[in-house]
Amino acid sequence: MRNALPLAVLLAGAIALPWAAEALGQPATIGLATRILCLGIAAASLNLILGHGGMVSFGHALYYGLGAYTVGILWEHFRLGEPIFGVIPGSNELLVTLPIAMLVAGVAAAVIGALSLRTSGVQFIMITLAFAQMGFFLFVGLKAYGGDDGLLVRRRNLVPGLDLRQPDQLYWLCLGFLVAWLFLQWRIVGSRFGRVLEGIRQNERRMAAIGIATYRYKLAGFVIAGMGCGLAGALTANELRFVSPDLMAWQKSGEIMVMVILGGVGTLLGPVVGAAALVGMEYVLGGITENWQFFLGPILLAVVLWAPGGIMGLLGRGARRG
Amino acid sequence: MSALVVEQLLNGLQFGIMLFLLAAGLTLVFGIMGVINLAHGSLFMVGAYAAALVAQASGHWWLGLLAGLAAAAATGMVVEVAVLRRLYARDHLDQVLATFGLILFFNQGITMLFGRQPLLVQLPPGFAGSIEIMPGLPYPSFRLLIIAVGLLVALGLYWLIQHTRIGMLVRAGATHRDMVRALGVDIRALYTVVFGLGALLAGLAGVMAGPVSNVQVGMGEQILILTFVVVVIGGIGSVRGALFGALLVGVTQTLLSGFVPGWLRQVMAGSEADALGAALSSMGVYVLMAVVLLVKPRGLFPAHA
Amino acid sequence: MVEPVLRVQGLRKRFGGLAATDDVSLEVRPGELHALIGPNGAGKTTLIGQLTGEITPDAGQVVFCGEDITRLSVAARVKRGLARSFQIVQLLDDDTAEANVALAVQARAGHSFRFWRAAGRDAALLEPARALLEQVGLARHDTRVADLSHGERKLLELAMALAARPILLLLDEPMAGLGAAESLAMTETLRALKGSVAILLIEHDMEAVFALADRITVLVYGRAIATGTAEEIRANPAVQDAYLAEESSP
Repeated sequence: MRNALPLAVLLAGAIALPWAAEALGQPATIGLATRILCLGIAAASLNLILGHGGMVSFGHALYYGLGAYTVGILWEHFRLGEPIFGVIPGSNELLVTLPIAMLVAGVAAAVIGALSLRTSGVQFIMITLAFAQMGFFLFVGLKAYGGDDGLLVRRRNLVPGLDLRQPDQLYWLCLGFLVAWLFLQWRIVGSRFGRVLEGIRQNERRMAAIGIATYRYKLAGFVIAGMGCGLAGALTANELRFVSPDLMAWQKSGEIMVMVILGGVGTLLGPVVGAAALVGMEYVLGGITENWQFFLGPILLAVVLWAPGGIMGLLGRGARRG
Repeated sequence: MSALVVEQLLNGLQFGIMLFLLAAGLTLVFGIMGVINLAHGSLFMVGAYAAALVAQASGHWWLGLLAGLAAAAATGMVVEVAVLRRLYARDHLDQVLATFGLILFFNQGITMLFGRQPLLVQLPPGFAGSIEIMPGLPYPSFRLLIIAVGLLVALGLYWLIQHTRIGMLVRAGATHRDMVRALGVDIRALYTVVFGLGALLAGLAGVMAGPVSNVQVGMGEQILILTFVVVVIGGIGSVRGALFGALLVGVTQTLLSGFVPGWLRQVMAGSEADALGAALSSMGVYVLMAVVLLVKPRGLFPAHA
Repeated sequence: MVEPVLRVQGLRKRFGGLAATDDVSLEVRPGELHALIGPNGAGKTTLIGQLTGEITPDAGQVVFCGEDITRLSVAARVKRGLARSFQIVQLLDDDTAEANVALAVQARAGHSFRFWRAAGRDAALLEPARALLEQVGLARHDTRVADLSHGERKLLELAMALAARPILLLLDEPMAGLGAAESLAMTETLRALKGSVAILLIEHDMEAVFALADRITVLVYGRAIATGTAEEIRANPAVQDAYLAEESSP
């Protein structure tokens, strides 16, 4: 791989971050970095369908929220000792909650995708938004799980051999998942399936004309992306130790989309860079002025108007749009 | 029909009218320029703030109305010339991101200037009371004014689109964009005018919303998403569709939130019923939109036949 | 009588008050090069849409190799061996010519629910793709489609269609926009293909049509007014009236 060296350096830096943060007396940075990793997975998963498949989903935060709520609800039932619907026991084991979170998000994406992908263009953007809004209001109304106040997850999930109460251990766990997800997505994008997705983005009519039944490939991509975002949400619930409907609000969907575009649509690392840039800007600008969004808005505008390849495009790596 | 049902229907109609004022501009911008403008809600907010502040300072509500309209229209045209014009040829993704940036800018700008405290707006003189529209049902006269104004605007738009040169260009622009361009019409000026008109209507909605709900930062986004629902249900680019969709969404939303919690309370505890009822009635319009799109993917009154 | 590759029977499609396809019947025999001609507005595009599956007819039947395919999707028809090229090229502009054809080869090679192995260096896809590019005479394999000339893209369109190993090739104006030399080269490429695959050729270039076609069908105002050999069509007074007079000065 041509980019192997910079990637290795980047990864080494990421692994070393908690020690550096401790050494510099900035332990709070670890939590911030963990949040970036989680959002990076979410943004990367959106990039699979948005950047490579051309499907502009404006409801991707729904799967983020569903993943997070899966962890929260399983914790709540574990804490109360009451099985869900009297059947499914609660759990605080990460190796249990994570796969379930991905499953829940994947099933939701399968149902929503199957319906939404019958439309395209603006209608697709809006129908995915509509489904996410349904989920948002559903959880606002579920008093049993805190309604709009959200749900506390008093203790992070357990993993054999790790203590997630230590911020650095949670950080490394999330880093591991991010790297694994990016590797998986890199393989997918380069595979025959990925070529089909990419072809659909560029010219769906052409794909049908070479004998590809595009709907089922789009749906498969949609489900994979939903599962990835569910994973991100489940990790986020552990990081925040709190879940609320805000995790699936339309603004969150917008934010995830912003990360993808800011970092660079259709690039491997772009969404993660975008997540880091957005969270970082929030942190840095937020430290200077409480009105940081006043400056963030024009920055986003400038990216759209003058740097359509996002940050990765500016770095001259893997730029495609422009 | 019971007084309660009539009252809820009128509330729904009034809410639908508000949505229509926003949706009319949005659907034209959508249909003619092909731009997804998330910042449309910001123009609604600008109109509401300008009206509230001028009314407070001058003591004249009607002066506030003028200020709100002027501020929204001017802001809209500046935004069109400075930003949106560069986005017409871009894909939806860029438009969403850029106008998302505009939302942040406007919301935070207003917060910096006027703080987070909601502004209270007085009702205009002469419209502070109620009218007994049927025995035992007094109804706020200001809400009736909103309905009347909205219907007048709908009639005015109908006339504008069917019987004027601008209207002809708008109709042609919605269906044959390239044709209008080929005819040598100054499309840039047309776009700015149409955008200004849409902004004016959004400002009008903001002014009217002031006394009914709070004037505060974020008010635009609450209603923006519903406005998009209206536009998509009605069919992008269709003003008729926007009116129909707005009334459908307004009435559905109001009736659901008026009656669902009551029904639920008969089967579960009060507070839980209220929360779930509110949630289910909020979900209602999104279910409606999803069903419409699945049956008629281009909306009820598609402009691009 | 041999079973025709394609049999169209009583096909009808109306748009509002306009009968775009008006009771069209048509047969393409195995190995035949059958040309479909007609003045602008004759309904050629609508007819192709119904043959490929992008447009659903109001009435009538499309039978391909004995199977009724009237209701099948575009992709399902391609899988059965009915491939097409586009008049206005439809290609993956960000990819190389080779990658385009490789994807078409991949589509033929079975389902693409393969998520792991890299497709970009898969010899099973690249070698047939290169062979197809050579067959149509497109030399610049590694050039992005966006950087190819119009003529090269037309060749690429042809290669994409051939990748499906079609039984019937539907060519929608393969010469449109080509220069004289390019047209001649395309004519030779099609001549070389003749016999190995049945071809339905929609074309405005009369020189090419009369040089290549075994039989010609003339479409006017949505109706097929005549079918026959080049000589028969030339001699047909109805065709001369309806069509050749207008088309003689293109």
